[in-house]
Amino acid sequence: MAKDTEDGVGTEPRGVSPEEQPLLRVDHVAKSFGPVKALIDGSVDLYRGESHALLGENGAGKSTLVKILAGVYQPDAGHVLLDGVPINLASPAAARDAGISIIYQEPTLFPDLSVAENIFMGRQPLRTGRRIDRGEMNSHSKDVFTRLGVPLNPSRLARGLSVADQQIVEIAKAISFNAQIIVMDEPTAALTEVEVSRLFDVMKNLREQGTAVMFISHRLGEVFEACQRVTVMRDGRFVNTSRIEDTDIDTIIRSMVGRDVSSMYAENTTVPGENVLEVEHLTREGVFTDVTFNVRAGEIVALAGLVGAGRTEVARGIFGIDKVDAGTVKVGGKKLAHGSPLAAMAAGIGFVPEDRRQQGLVMDMAIDRNMALASVGSLSHFGLIRKASERSLASEWAARLQLKFGRLSNNASTLSGGNQQKVVLGKWLARKPRLLIIDEPTRGIDIGTKAEVHRLLSELVAQGVAVLMISSELPEVLGMADRILVLHEGRLAAEFSRGEADEANIMRAATGQLKKSAA
Amino acid sequence: MTTVEDRELLKLPEAEPRNIEDRLRGLVRWEGGLVILFVASLFYGASTSPYFMSIQTFFFAGLNFGEIAIMALPMTFIIITGEIDLSVASMLGLSASILGYLFMHGWSIWAAMAICLVVGIVGGALNGFLITRLGLPSIAVTIGTLTLYRGIALIVLSTNTATGFPSWTTNLSLPIGGTHIAYDFAIFVVMAIIFGVVLHMTPFGRSLFAIGLQQETAFFSGVRVKRIKFLLYVLSGFICAFAGILYTFQQASSASDTGTGLELNVVAIALFGGVSIFGGRGTIFGVFLAVCIFGSLQASLTDANVSAQAQTIVTGVLLLISVLVPNARDGFSRVRSQVRRRRVRGAT
Ligand SMILES: Nc1ncnc2c1ncn2[C@@H]1O[C@H](COP(=O)(O)OP(=O)(O)OP(=O)(O)O)[C@@H](O)[C@H]1O
Ligand SMILES: [Mg+2]
Repeated sequence: MAKDTEDGVGTEPRGVSPEEQPLLRVDHVAKSFGPVKALIDGSVDLYRGESHALLGENGAGKSTLVKILAGVYQPDAGHVLLDGVPINLASPAAARDAGISIIYQEPTLFPDLSVAENIFMGRQPLRTGRRIDRGEMNSHSKDVFTRLGVPLNPSRLARGLSVADQQIVEIAKAISFNAQIIVMDEPTAALTEVEVSRLFDVMKNLREQGTAVMFISHRLGEVFEACQRVTVMRDGRFVNTSRIEDTDIDTIIRSMVGRDVSSMYAENTTVPGENVLEVEHLTREGVFTDVTFNVRAGEIVALAGLVGAGRTEVARGIFGIDKVDAGTVKVGGKKLAHGSPLAAMAAGIGFVPEDRRQQGLVMDMAIDRNMALASVGSLSHFGLIRKASERSLASEWAARLQLKFGRLSNNASTLSGGNQQKVVLGKWLARKPRLLIIDEPTRGIDIGTKAEVHRLLSELVAQGVAVLMISSELPEVLGMADRILVLHEGRLAAEFSRGEADEANIMRAATGQLKKSAA
Repeated sequence: MTTVEDRELLKLPEAEPRNIEDRLRGLVRWEGGLVILFVASLFYGASTSPYFMSIQTFFFAGLNFGEIAIMALPMTFIIITGEIDLSVASMLGLSASILGYLFMHGWSIWAAMAICLVVGIVGGALNGFLITRLGLPSIAVTIGTLTLYRGIALIVLSTNTATGFPSWTTNLSLPIGGTHIAYDFAIFVVMAIIFGVVLHMTPFGRSLFAIGLQQETAFFSGVRVKRIKFLLYVLSGFICAFAGILYTFQQASSASDTGTGLELNVVAIALFGGVSIFGGRGTIFGVFLAVCIFGSLQASLTDANVSAQAQTIVTGVLLLISVLVPNARDGFSRVRSQVRRRRVRGAT
């Protein structure tokens, strides 16, 4: 094992500033849930002024470690040391008092309070007569935003803030609590590229002010951009910590997965067949206008565009989640009834939605039942669900997708984020769709599984399935798609074939600097 | 080094046997408690009256009780989807009133019954329409129709009491020939089996749980959420109208205030049977046990000359228990784990 086990402080030069002792040391912590060992040996050192990446496959135990730092879970074994002194993180309040703040992927602000009120929730500065001092609160908040280098208006309501801005508010809250340690669990998963780079600027500011940042992401490129050291975990155990300049992506991947990951993208060599999906003049007032395209059997078509360009909405329109105002959707030449997911499913469409917690999964339902939810009809015999078929369907897809789970009868909520995504995938793949619409297929999925999902999609198209993919990750779009359609403000702005497309012209079309050539 | 694939394949076979074990544990929790309580209530009954244990008494308990039990079945479905129907007892009353009115005005009993059932379907459809098409909250809508249907019953029958139904109908209050089983209890048992199979073994039943737990996901998975909810209210209206007919026959009379207030007993039975008021959880078996417990308690309390008013206190207490115990259990395990943690900390 690469990790030194001396308990002595500062004897081993592991940090950016070797003479210092770590600000925070997580020392061999373990956590089990019943028979599931979520974390077996979690260790990591954080120094002042560093951004430290915590990496690992889905289910490696990263979020569990974070929740221990958050005071949400109590470790079964091991210690957390602050400045060399063991501390007891008995509750979220205790963690906050110890100077630890957590930024989750989707922050939970009070929508009807102002930004400043959210920052000072529960400890508003008071004027004489116990009235809340709004001016004080706003100017404080403004100071914090200036320090972060983000111009947010403290007096506006939190409702309607983008996810990225909400995260900034959470960070501001952390700072106003004098947090010395800020832990971010997959903060970039739902952000656009611009927002990600702004977040990195904020992280840099924090670092320069001596804060220690722990950063979790499945996008390894980001890690090299924003972090000084990386710690890799595998199967609930610490694997190694290295400085970013001493390592490279391949080494990291190998320690994460324990093997080499073959190429991320498999070239699709299938010759496209007949039209499976024909979308004609599809329009939903104020959301998207006159969208016309087709997807052929054995072809991957990507919908690209900025967040808010209407990609997800087009997909929802096709699948019948939302009613459209005009236009038609044909599958295999047959017109589809509007506004009926059931009709879309009967025609052979599968839809992996963007929000797995709200739309993809029933969190409090067992894993096997989630997997079978869209197929129970075909698993039935004389109207009764055959439980054996249901279970074998679930275990087959669990195996094919390399799902990490305790038992198939556990609730989906016990799975790690990436594994939840796999269940949603399995649920639709089990229906053997003719057309798979897939919105952000690999959000929150680790790199090994990502390659696996890509391989799976290639396999599907090789079998003649048509795939319509929405992804905010340009490399994924470029690597996977045979054709790329770019949406700009609800209209198709450009179409590229695999050969023509590159990041630059996609971005140009997505930002409206390129008009559709055909038009 | 084992690869990822190896690990996963190794893990698979364990999943199945534990699954059963899991399920048993789930059953043992609430339904197990109910079984114990049921046995206890039988013992109590036997101790208060030497005749109690003669099966006859027990199944005659069905007399006052069968209609409530029957209405608890569709109520269970509705609560599992996260909604509620408080108009059930008014629908029962309306059906009874219409039956009485039509019969007194010379209709054949069969035609009158058919009209009642149609009225039940229409009333349920009105609930369903307001809730699923207009998107109004079910608790508000059905409090409204609770008053509305009772009001219509009052107009229909005013303060009259309808009597004189054919003798075969009143015979329904006697046990089934040659047995000790009351008709309405037998009907309940048959219906409970059907409802249980539908809820726990069919795709339709599965979708009810999905709706109750995460409506949006259910919709994204092809469940026709609105149509299903609408159908449930229609079903509830139909069955309550049917219960109204049975009730009338049992009592051999009907009045506009028939069954007033029974909706609370119906809800109480569903919740006591382990159906979660938040939706997504519950079993017909649990509801069946709850019916047996209520029925046998009511019989023994009546035997022991406890007044009807005092009996409602028992209903109330059981209802509170069914809400408190699951919460208390969570609270208890929370406290216990805190204590354990503190002890561990003290040791180190
Ligand atoms: N409350 C729980 N009950 C049972 N098992 C759990 C619970 N929480 C986590 N686990 C299990 O512990 C393991 C580690 O989960 P964790 O969420 O820490 O993974 P992660 O590294 O954050 O993964 P991801 O990258 O997918 O978010 C997973 O196998 C998960 O199924
Ligand atoms: Mg996680």
